[in-house]
Amino acid sequence: MTDTLLQVRGLTVGFPNANGPNTVVNSLDFDLARGGALGIVGESGSGKSMTSLAIMGLLPKGAERTGSIAFDGTELTALPERAMRSYRGDRIAMIFQDPLSSLNPYYTVGTQIMEAYRSHRTGVTRRQARAVAIEAMERVHIGDAARRVDHYPHQFSGGMRQRVMIAMTLSMEPELIIADEPTTALDVTVQAQILDLLAEIRADTGAGLVLITHDLAVVSEVTDHIVVMRDGDLVEQGPAERIFTDPQAPYTRMLLDAVPRIDDEIGLLRTMHTEEGR
Amino acid sequence: MIRFVANRLLGMLVVLFLVCLFTFVIFFVLSPDPAVQICGKNCTPEAIDQIRANLGIDQPFWTQFWTFLTGLFAGRTYGTGPNAIDCAAPCLGYSFQSSQAVTDMIVQRLPVSATVAVGAAVLWLLAGVAGGLLSAVREGRFADRFIAGLTLTGMSIPNYVLALSLQFLLVVTLGWLPFPQAVAFSDDPVRWFQNFLMPWIVLAVGMAAVYTRLTRANVIETLQENYVRTARAKGLSPGLVWRRHALRPALTPIVTIFGMDFAGLLGGALITETVFGLNGIGKMAADSITKNDQPVIMGVTLLAAFLVVVGNMVVDLLYTAIDPRVRVGSSA
Amino acid sequence: MSFTPTELEVEGAAGGGTVPGAPASPPAGRGAPDRPATEWRGVSRAFLRDRAAVACGVYIVLIILMAVAAPLLVKISGYGPLEFDQDAVDPNLGGIPLGAAGGMGADHWFGVEPGNGRDIFARIVYGARVSMLIAISATLLTTFLGVVFGLVAGYFGGRVDMVVSRVMEFLMAFPALIFMIAVLSALPAENRQFLLVLVISFFGWPYLARIVRGQTMSLKEREFVEAAKASGATSAQIIFKEILPNLASTIIVMTTLAVPGYVGTEAGLSFLGVGVVPPTPSWGQMIASSVPWYAVDPAYFLIPGAFLFLLVLSFTVLGDRIRRLLGEGAA
Repeated sequence: MTDTLLQVRGLTVGFPNANGPNTVVNSLDFDLARGGALGIVGESGSGKSMTSLAIMGLLPKGAERTGSIAFDGTELTALPERAMRSYRGDRIAMIFQDPLSSLNPYYTVGTQIMEAYRSHRTGVTRRQARAVAIEAMERVHIGDAARRVDHYPHQFSGGMRQRVMIAMTLSMEPELIIADEPTTALDVTVQAQILDLLAEIRADTGAGLVLITHDLAVVSEVTDHIVVMRDGDLVEQGPAERIFTDPQAPYTRMLLDAVPRIDDEIGLLRTMHTEEGR
Repeated sequence: MIRFVANRLLGMLVVLFLVCLFTFVIFFVLSPDPAVQICGKNCTPEAIDQIRANLGIDQPFWTQFWTFLTGLFAGRTYGTGPNAIDCAAPCLGYSFQSSQAVTDMIVQRLPVSATVAVGAAVLWLLAGVAGGLLSAVREGRFADRFIAGLTLTGMSIPNYVLALSLQFLLVVTLGWLPFPQAVAFSDDPVRWFQNFLMPWIVLAVGMAAVYTRLTRANVIETLQENYVRTARAKGLSPGLVWRRHALRPALTPIVTIFGMDFAGLLGGALITETVFGLNGIGKMAADSITKNDQPVIMGVTLLAAFLVVVGNMVVDLLYTAIDPRVRVGSSA
Repeated sequence: MSFTPTELEVEGAAGGGTVPGAPASPPAGRGAPDRPATEWRGVSRAFLRDRAAVACGVYIVLIILMAVAAPLLVKISGYGPLEFDQDAVDPNLGGIPLGAAGGMGADHWFGVEPGNGRDIFARIVYGARVSMLIAISATLLTTFLGVVFGLVAGYFGGRVDMVVSRVMEFLMAFPALIFMIAVLSALPAENRQFLLVLVISFFGWPYLARIVRGQTMSLKEREFVEAAKASGATSAQIIFKEILPNLASTIIVMTTLAVPGYVGTEAGLSFLGVGVVPPTPSWGQMIASSVPWYAVDPAYFLIPGAFLFLLVLSFTVLGDRIRRLLGEGAA
């Protein structure tokens, strides 16, 4: 057992094509302490989403990944696909941006929560899996979970769907949750609830969190360490407080200038920013 | 749900009624006087009038249409007295050229047409889905490009050209298949199969090509869906991801389109049955065109429209059964 | 076959394989009304690199030239499409053409029809006229109807849209081939080619109109249309200046894909005896009359069959390519 949950060194992701490699992530280094929360911030196209997919081993076809990703002391890049699969969902879980398209419309949310649990735990009966699903839904504060478990994704509101996605990851009790723009597709008022929920889950379970967003205001509330990326390059990183009070790179300063000052009301800040974000 | 079904049923009846009216207008307004044809060369005006009265075409349009509609549900009688001809419900008309009710003619030929249609449908569905899946799995590779070439060819070859080419190649040149001949399944199953093999292939090729492209496109598109990524992020095995999260959404629309295409097969059967000399509904319709036997053409047209409209309806209902979004949405 | 399947998808695979999430994504939401001229040039250059597409284009152009120059070609070959040549067939064998391969030779380039000895080359050449004339006229008429009704329904919406949509649904619910046969068999035999065009278009326009309607509805909401509206443009100005140019690529693709369908439909209807009336030659009708002879004189159906198949194939491949190049998901 090490103190560092996730250690990324020299991570590079590129798409080789006729004109040479097209690098989208360029030798990225960062650490996440056990139970810590890390924010990766950048505009769209900065390579932050590719970073998360690289950790999950879910890069699109044609992508090349080099460098080192150590999770709890295990080198993930060296793992064969089958072994990587036992990490996915079980020890490292991921929450995606658009909860509607990320849930399969053909199956009830219960089925989709249970399916991960049953494929990772052997000898689980349907009934047990169902109980786990309902409990997970209760933990993300979905009312009337015993009934809602049999509903289809389109019967939930946007925020509720994201809660379902979070419940899906929770059921497995993962050590690391990667959330890729979890609030971007949601209404402003719902965004705050989801962020609160993520913080609450983290406090409850002690899971590490990597929060990926274009929105500095979002990370300011949830994370303790921030990585700023631009065009695949690491711009700067450091403790959240330091990044906000004393940004080193001009680009970070520019991002901060786009956000109303941090000492403003957090709610107001979020409101103004997300309207421009989507 | 019940209201939805009732609405659909009502819509279906309206469309069928309009189809009847439309068909009736075409034949009423456009076609030459059938009485003159039936009467033949040596004909007196009195005889023509008599035939007209028997056929009921001396009546005004709406009366005739009404008689036709009631005939569909309750049957009707042509002429009066000892020469009267009964046409039992559902009466689609009476062919004076073959002295038979159109409904009976259709029913007699139904088994052959159904055999052709079902066999072809099975073939094209299997070939299309298999080809599409293979194409999607091997996207961009040789197999995919090869299948793409095959589908373009299959879509482009007119079915009668294919029929003649197959017949020339397999029967005349290579002698792999005997000359087509009507044989009952119970008499000689092998021969029966050989007879229907070419019609099945001919009717299936174009559709199989379309289904291959459709399946390929759907599967590739579905694999890009975010929920497939979610499934993989959950750590499901590739087999499970494919079966549950890619195939079901990709194949659902194909199943529903299949219903409509199957119902619309009669058009294709017309040519296929004619070329292979199979005595089905399609050949009957094609023959009636040559003989200008209008009641038969009209009867087959109505049957075809009926099948398509019912097919659409079944597909709609099927869709609500397999796609939860539609199912729940409509009941709310 | 005029193409190798291996060549077919190369261009498309390269074009379609964009990487999700990769940088250099174009700035979204900037409604670019017209395709700039440079983009069209790029499209045509990509098209010329595609050997299969070029081969198809060449074949189509050749057939059109052949149709246009029919009287001239027939003068060179020496036999007209309606001329009987009893010396070219063997009356003792039921009229089978004399000589190999259906009587092909210096005299009759593609051989002669069994029975009456009409020159197949001449009939193919004149048949191309009929096929192309009908297919192209039907395509033009369908496109016109489809664009007009689709635009009107999509742009004005409301009651107009409801009426047009209902009519389209109704027409599309019809088993089109059977209905065309029914209508054509009831119609008198005069002006058959004209009637064919009318009937084909009557059942054909909803397929284009449906797509045009959908695209118009979404274009209507775009910023540049809003801007035009705000600056006081009339509906006609908006439709012709703002919306129609944006539908151009869809219309081109749909039109190219419609032609092979109509070539096939005309041939099929003529094959069934409700299309072009003899003695006017048409490819479908030639194939129909070759049916009794297919075993003894295969050249009689193979020649028109091959011409027909290649024409449909060429248009289909071409339509496919154009769609891919213009990046349309329509149809």
